[in-house]
Amino acid sequence: MIAELGHFALILALLVAIVQSIVPMLGAARGSRPMMDLAPMAALVQFGAVAIAFAALTHGYVTSDFSLKNVVENSHSLKPLLYKITGVWGNHEGSMLLWALILTLYGAAVGAFGRNLPPALKARVLSVHGMIGTGFLAFILFTSNPFLRVLPVPPDGQGLNPILQDPGLAFHPPFLYLGYVGFSMAFSFAVAALIEGRVDPAWARWVRPWTLVAWCALTLGICLGSWWAYYELGWGGWWAWDPVENASFMPWLSGTALLHSAIVVEKRDTLKGWTIFLALLTFSLSLLGTFLVRSGVLSSVHAFAVDPARGAFILALLVIAIGGSLLLFALRAPALRATGSFAPISRESALVLNNLLLATAALTVFLGTLYPLFLDVIGGDKVSIGSPYYNATFVPLMVPMVLVMAAGPLMTWKRADLAGVLQRLRLAFVGALAVALIMVIVTKGHEALAPLGIGLAGWLLFGTLREVAERIRLFQAPWEVVRNRLAHVPRASWGMSIAHAGLAVTIAGITIASGWQQESIQTLKPGESITLAGDIYRFEKVEPLPGPNYSAEEATVTVSRDGRTFATMHPSRLTYPLQRMTTTDVAIHTDGLSDKYVVLGDPQPDGGWIFRIYYNPLVPWVWFGAIIMVVGGVLSLSDRRLRIGAPVRRLKRTEAELAA
Amino acid sequence: MTRKRRRLIFVLAGMSCLGIAVALVLNAFDDNLVFFYSPTDLVQKHPGTTKRLRIGGLVETGSLVTTDGGKRFNFRVTDGKTDLAVSYVGVAPALFREGQGVVAEGKLGADGSFTAATLLAKHDEKYMPPEVAAALKKSGEWRPDQEAAAPGAADAPSASAKP
Repeated sequence: MIAELGHFALILALLVAIVQSIVPMLGAARGSRPMMDLAPMAALVQFGAVAIAFAALTHGYVTSDFSLKNVVENSHSLKPLLYKITGVWGNHEGSMLLWALILTLYGAAVGAFGRNLPPALKARVLSVHGMIGTGFLAFILFTSNPFLRVLPVPPDGQGLNPILQDPGLAFHPPFLYLGYVGFSMAFSFAVAALIEGRVDPAWARWVRPWTLVAWCALTLGICLGSWWAYYELGWGGWWAWDPVENASFMPWLSGTALLHSAIVVEKRDTLKGWTIFLALLTFSLSLLGTFLVRSGVLSSVHAFAVDPARGAFILALLVIAIGGSLLLFALRAPALRATGSFAPISRESALVLNNLLLATAALTVFLGTLYPLFLDVIGGDKVSIGSPYYNATFVPLMVPMVLVMAAGPLMTWKRADLAGVLQRLRLAFVGALAVALIMVIVTKGHEALAPLGIGLAGWLLFGTLREVAERIRLFQAPWEVVRNRLAHVPRASWGMSIAHAGLAVTIAGITIASGWQQESIQTLKPGESITLAGDIYRFEKVEPLPGPNYSAEEATVTVSRDGRTFATMHPSRLTYPLQRMTTTDVAIHTDGLSDKYVVLGDPQPDGGWIFRIYYNPLVPWVWFGAIIMVVGGVLSLSDRRLRIGAPVRRLKRTEAELAA
Repeated sequence: MTRKRRRLIFVLAGMSCLGIAVALVLNAFDDNLVFFYSPTDLVQKHPGTTKRLRIGGLVETGSLVTTDGGKRFNFRVTDGKTDLAVSYVGVAPALFREGQGVVAEGKLGADGSFTAATLLAKHDEKYMPPEVAAALKKSGEWRPDQEAAAPGAADAPSASAKP
């Protein structure tokens, strides 16, 4: 009964979405206020209906209602409650419903909080948002309905993949989707602006908070996913350039570019076409990412053939959303006139250069991810593209980007003095050179990438510090002045500095973690030990460990250095009888600077166990840096300027009208 | 600066970025595309011993020999028509065993045997790597009861075991 209620609510949401996509758009064209005012109400109702549907499906999972096909296939009565709930989005149908829930949440948020938006723009934005909602809700209802019943009712479910029973992964999709779907807001604003034929600083100011929310969520989502892959899969690495990872990384790259180019629109009233293009591109990549991961096309391009309706629907949605928006862009973009102009050496140019590099990097990732699929579809060779490809394409593009990144914030808008900027950065340069030299000495000159990476991280960090110091006039003005300036630095500026510093931390982590990982594989009997990176790992014992829906063996390993035992680790091996699967639970000991990472392998006939032990220096910094970036983003989001600032457009408009 | 000139610079910068990217991609494609071969393909196409490649098929029943304290694996990979000797040193993925599908990445030796640097086998017992499924289909060794398991594995993102 509750499932039928959910199903009904979902149908209702689709009908509301259709109305929301048509009526406000017509209203905006005719200048009819009542028709435009329908939009926020429709957005709220649509959200409510999808929320009811989502709650109904969650209810089915929590109560283990095995008359629902979706629950049977993805849940089990023995599963812990937390994973019953997270199991809702651990499958194709449920994850699509979560997608729709977040989509309508954003729409409702614009409806509820977008009071200072001009009515026509708001109506058009919500109308475009309604169209996206229509596409997705129709997709769910017609090809991926989670509310289908099954008869006869099976006694129990088929369970969830045990490696997905993990808090890191359980909360990774919601954040990822908050990010992916958040860019739908930028998309809707961009399409609405193209229809209106007008992009101005006020528009950018409205778009930026939504983009920032999406960017923060996506950063956190990617970070969680990478962390999950690190500690759950037991292969000692944290990023494999796997297509699934790339699918979330592409929108991040272009979303980062969008975030920065929107600043130029806001401050300088130029780069309009490019910003709109990035908004369309970012959401298109988000759509592509969702479908790459969720359609099964990655494990087999022929998965499309298994369910032709689903495949055709996905392709149609992609073609309409991407093709339609790009067509509109081609028709309307020439009409977007820039008023601001800038010299080749200016902050605008620095941002443009970074934008181009980010977009190009996204393109290389795109090619690497899709080329094997493309080759497979046309029936050519089967190929795979691994990290060497990305090291050869992505990394060289990031080097100039980071170089410019430190200098950009020191440049002035419109026209900058390059010699002066470099002069101000000389201390940062000396600092970067110093840390790079230290790396050359440490590696005895054998490694080229380590000094480069650490030098870049140093350059970015010191350059960022220099910018902050100049802003508050540290060491240049009396303390009272510094304190006063410190109190008045806008939060958006702090946000930028913190986010840039976060990237420096991440780059340092990536460089050291990729260059200095040490690995040892040994068969150990209880009482034996091995030495890795100066630490002695002693295998004490192995004990059986009963679990709710698995059986396990847990080993005890003590780690000591210089005769002092500083860690006791418990790697284990879990066997899930229902799925006939074995997973390993990695034991990780971290001190913030390096990780000791122990994996328990198979038992050997002679009574020994295989151990795989990794020493991962500075790996935690990869995620620390990402979290620092998110903190920067959130701080920037809390800037007063982004919340208030509605009158700008009205003022400009009257000026324009007066001029006309 | 006029709008036209700025646009020109913008376009030139974009073009050069694109040019650099294309050069990087083509260069990387040249070195880093890893092609997949079934044992039969290997015999027919002779890919040479210098490039990294992937092979896949079923681990032939009765061929697996483990030595060196469980770290060295010697086995034969078959697609039903042809089989190939493979050696690997390291930790095998949890579900690596005889009769199961496997994909190995590594290099072909001068003696025609394959030295694997990485073994890929999914965590799910029912799962068949898509390349292996295709290779078996081609050689006529495909058993339909395995078919149901191939899709749906996408719900386990990046679940390949990397030793």
